[in-house]
Amino acid sequence: MLDIDFSSVNIVSAILYVLLAPIVGGLLAGVDRVISARMQRRVGPPLLQPFYDFFKLWEKEAIEVNEAQSFYITGFLLFVIITGVFFFAQGDLLLVIFTLTVASVCFILAAYCSNSPYSAVGAERELVQTMAYEPMMLLVAIGFYLKTGSFSIDAALNAPTMNLLYMPGVFIGLCFILIIKLRKSPFDIALSHEVHQELIQGMATEFSGRTLAIVELAHWYENVFLLGFVYLFFAWAPAWTAGLGLLACALVFFNDILIDNCCSRVKWEYMLASSWLITLIAGFVNVMFLMYLRVL
Amino acid sequence: MSYFSKSPWLIHYDGSSCNGCDIEVLACLTPLYDVERFGIVNTGNPKHADIFLVTGGVNTQNLPIVRQIYEQMPEPKVVVAVGTCACSGGVFKECYNMLGGMDKAIPVDVYVPGCAARPESIIDGVVKGLGVLEEKAKALKEKK
Repeated sequence: MLDIDFSSVNIVSAILYVLLAPIVGGLLAGVDRVISARMQRRVGPPLLQPFYDFFKLWEKEAIEVNEAQSFYITGFLLFVIITGVFFFAQGDLLLVIFTLTVASVCFILAAYCSNSPYSAVGAERELVQTMAYEPMMLLVAIGFYLKTGSFSIDAALNAPTMNLLYMPGVFIGLCFILIIKLRKSPFDIALSHEVHQELIQGMATEFSGRTLAIVELAHWYENVFLLGFVYLFFAWAPAWTAGLGLLACALVFFNDILIDNCCSRVKWEYMLASSWLITLIAGFVNVMFLMYLRVL
Repeated sequence: MSYFSKSPWLIHYDGSSCNGCDIEVLACLTPLYDVERFGIVNTGNPKHADIFLVTGGVNTQNLPIVRQIYEQMPEPKVVVAVGTCACSGGVFKECYNMLGGMDKAIPVDVYVPGCAARPESIIDGVVKGLGVLEEKAKALKEKK
């Protein structure tokens, strides 16, 4: 007999994630574009513009360079959804982070499919980005383990005290790498939604039509659970803290849009050095402090 | 109405233009004209584009480039020739290296005259192009 404890697995929220995350993610992208336009004193596109773009791309002819490309892109979407399901089913934080890595590996391989120098350089830069944010992602998981005594997201959400109070450094580190993960300036070196960057569209140069639409959809799914990490820091056992968590997500998202509009793109060396430095100073020192607390 | 007219993405290529029209094309993106209101994005990548905005006439040097950009664009696609040079070759028409307007290289759908074409008329030309894009999308669907 297979004996699994399903009591902590939240199937309902996982199903809701699969159904609603594209809508929430698309709206977030729309809000992003409107707020960015207002920051530049423009009117900006309609709020539903990302959905119009998606459906247009879906109807357009898809030029695939080879069969492997659409295979890897489908893999990217699939693993991003699986990552989100693990996250919203309140499963294991480590599992979430490792599945996310598989998703990004799929995306990098898809960019490497063609001989285009733009997408190849974009893929190389994405590898550097992965190197930059991965240590901090692991420290986030370790931080929650040391605070709650478990890698389970369920334990983090039902913690007796606010998680942020014990790991402000880890939170700062997470916010820093979220700029990389949400593909915002100054760290949008591999793929940018802004046009005419030095790599045309970086990794997405060779994707067109339906393939590009799937990439967009995967990014919407991804952004939703990435902001979910912010939520974990602010919500604990009492029910009212859910509002606090959502407010924190909104603030972090707005802050990233502001940084996006204030900064120019940096070189990859600077991105790698600064994110590792923040990981070391904010993340690692905080984890050391948590370890010290556990010994006491 | 399909989604094509709600999210037209442009690629802009400067043929042998004097840059007068190019500056006006870029002026469309500024806060004053803000074409993103209509979902228009200047992509710079032919594989993502729906509308090919081309300025300047075609000469022997840029002929293969114009054709390559056009061929890299996925269907359905529309070409908008911006400025007198792109429409007919303009004052450069009789030059030894010039072949004439952009329609000598690729099928042009909308002609926007003017030297330089005003941003208002460029936006008007793109909107005209949207109608053609809709028709082409419909024809493509029926063909399937």
